[in-house]
Amino acid sequence: MAETYEVPTGYVELTPDDAQTAGDREITNYTINFGPQHPAAHGVLRMVMELDGEIIERIDPHVGLLHRGTEKLIEHKTYLQALPYFDRLDYCSPLGMEHSYVLAIEKLLDLEVPLRAQYLRVLFAELTRICNHMLNIGSHVMDVGAMTPNLWVFELREDCLNFFERASGARMHSAWFRPGGVHQDVPLKLLTDIGEWCDTRLPQLFGDAMSLVIDNRIFKQRNVDIATVSKADALAWGFSGPMIRGAGIPWDLRKSQPYDVYDRMDFDVPVGTRGDCYDRFMVRVEEVYQSARIIKQCLNEMPEGPIASLDRKVVPPKRGEMKMSMEALIHHFKLYTEGFHVPAGEVYVATESPKGEFGVYLVSDGSNKPYRCKIRPTAFSHLQAMDFMSRGHMLADATAILGAMDIVFGECDR
Amino acid sequence: MASPAPLVRNPEGALDQVRAAVGSAFIAGGEAVGELSVTVVRESIADVLTALRDTLEYQQLMEIAGVDYPERAERFEVVYHLLSVTRNHRLRVRVSTDEAMPVPTATSVYPAAGWLEREVFDMYGVVFAGHPDLRRILTDYGFAGHPFRKDFPLTGYVELRYSEAEKRVVYEPVSLPQDLRTFDFMSPWEGASYVLPGDEKAAVAPPAPSAPAPAPAPAAKPSARKPRATKADAGATPAPKKPRAPRKPKGEA
Repeated sequence: MAETYEVPTGYVELTPDDAQTAGDREITNYTINFGPQHPAAHGVLRMVMELDGEIIERIDPHVGLLHRGTEKLIEHKTYLQALPYFDRLDYCSPLGMEHSYVLAIEKLLDLEVPLRAQYLRVLFAELTRICNHMLNIGSHVMDVGAMTPNLWVFELREDCLNFFERASGARMHSAWFRPGGVHQDVPLKLLTDIGEWCDTRLPQLFGDAMSLVIDNRIFKQRNVDIATVSKADALAWGFSGPMIRGAGIPWDLRKSQPYDVYDRMDFDVPVGTRGDCYDRFMVRVEEVYQSARIIKQCLNEMPEGPIASLDRKVVPPKRGEMKMSMEALIHHFKLYTEGFHVPAGEVYVATESPKGEFGVYLVSDGSNKPYRCKIRPTAFSHLQAMDFMSRGHMLADATAILGAMDIVFGECDR
Repeated sequence: MASPAPLVRNPEGALDQVRAAVGSAFIAGGEAVGELSVTVVRESIADVLTALRDTLEYQQLMEIAGVDYPERAERFEVVYHLLSVTRNHRLRVRVSTDEAMPVPTATSVYPAAGWLEREVFDMYGVVFAGHPDLRRILTDYGFAGHPFRKDFPLTGYVELRYSEAEKRVVYEPVSLPQDLRTFDFMSPWEGASYVLPGDEKAAVAPPAPSAPAPAPAPAAKPSARKPRATKADAGATPAPKKPRAPRKPKGEA
């Protein structure tokens, strides 16, 4: 047909160049800044994105805007004084951060911890996990456009923070886990309230909120098959926590390298099948229910007894004891001025924090201050993978990918 | 083990397996506090990590930590923490280096090493040869120095504030209203290394036997505390803090 077509006289044949209308411009790749002041960046993250239209070609995350030199500060503090810094790392799950640190000290000291203290720690570590996942699930859902579930799950987060306050006096920065146990015992009413909350309010409110999201068409469109990560990639990039489980590897430090009384707990490890953002989200949803299971077991099995080691060279005596005993007074004075000495050596202790493997590499020179305390943040390896995970996706997917990573910059930047 | 720390069992003969996999690069190795660690030759760290990943199934590099020991000839240690999810085991691999000697990069073995090495470079100034993108990562844009070295002062050298006059953030030398105080709670008879105020007189000359000592000058206030560092000291590079000799653990009573 084409060869028989003749251009009638008086008309001009059009070339592709002529298809442009007035005002059209050739565009090349361009670079934008995502953050550091972006509500979906979950903190102070600056990502330099190279875009081809709306397609992400390359992401260069710039971290460190919240760097406070925590590890250097810890080198100048005694072991006990360094503990509150851990609350301020991942401020969404403070007790999860303390857990690694106190376990590292106890490992170096080879210190025995009473059973009740171990149960209390596991109980509150799981409560922290719920608290953390409430924040992450809510903000992930909001990042992809839904408002209501976030408000609902924040009520649950508020409940968790109230429990922390009743246990330690502080809503977020508890400093409640101590080397040798926990700082103080909890009232019985708090334990019964937590048990009742796990039975009634948590499943109701969380179930309601998730029923709006899990089968929601828009939510699935925004998350399913976004940023799929293969098992090999998840291993190579050092993933941990819900990120590695979302990729289909059943790896949970609470199961494989149990600490405290996790070896007595009966719980399941949810695993994803496709390794996309939706899987990572659903892993967290299921972990909330599993955490509630662990909390119930802790409440049922928790024995009576001391809540901290009775080794007075590490754990200070209580105030009442000091009124009566000169020995206790001396111990108290020494522990709050000089602190305790930790035998020379080094340990790497990693626990399953809500966001993944949170490790503390503690080097002691035998004095009362850590020689080096390297903190392994979960966010570092996850955020590093942001580049390959979001390559080829749309700009709007970046928030979903970031939301499913669960990154907090207090911990990432230290 | 008494402590409730995460349980990682070292399988029988794990060290021998590692030694066989590492081959001639092996320098030292052993188990301490229940954790297995090996020291290897710096130049062959990439080969060592490849061998450990491929033969002993250490699939994950969880952490690279720098440690500074200023008194050593090669003052920095770079410590790699490996994890095997199939064998459920952790291994620590360390190399030592100094300011000038580069460490071969591990990015070709574990892509996760990219940022971890950048962090060690940023904090300690250890150079990783072959790293595709060795930029600073945590410190400020345009930061000078390597803050986690033991001879870097805790206060740093510059501070920044928003200047209302210039309408921008300005950098200034650190000025502290109160000098940074580092207390050391070692008791003098437990091996503190400094001279107590007044003790220096004993070494110079014995006091005159009978002459009554003049009243001490009012300025010389006797104090049991360590003399504070002067402001000039805080600003300038202080001498590397003399590390305390490792002390025997106190008996747990």
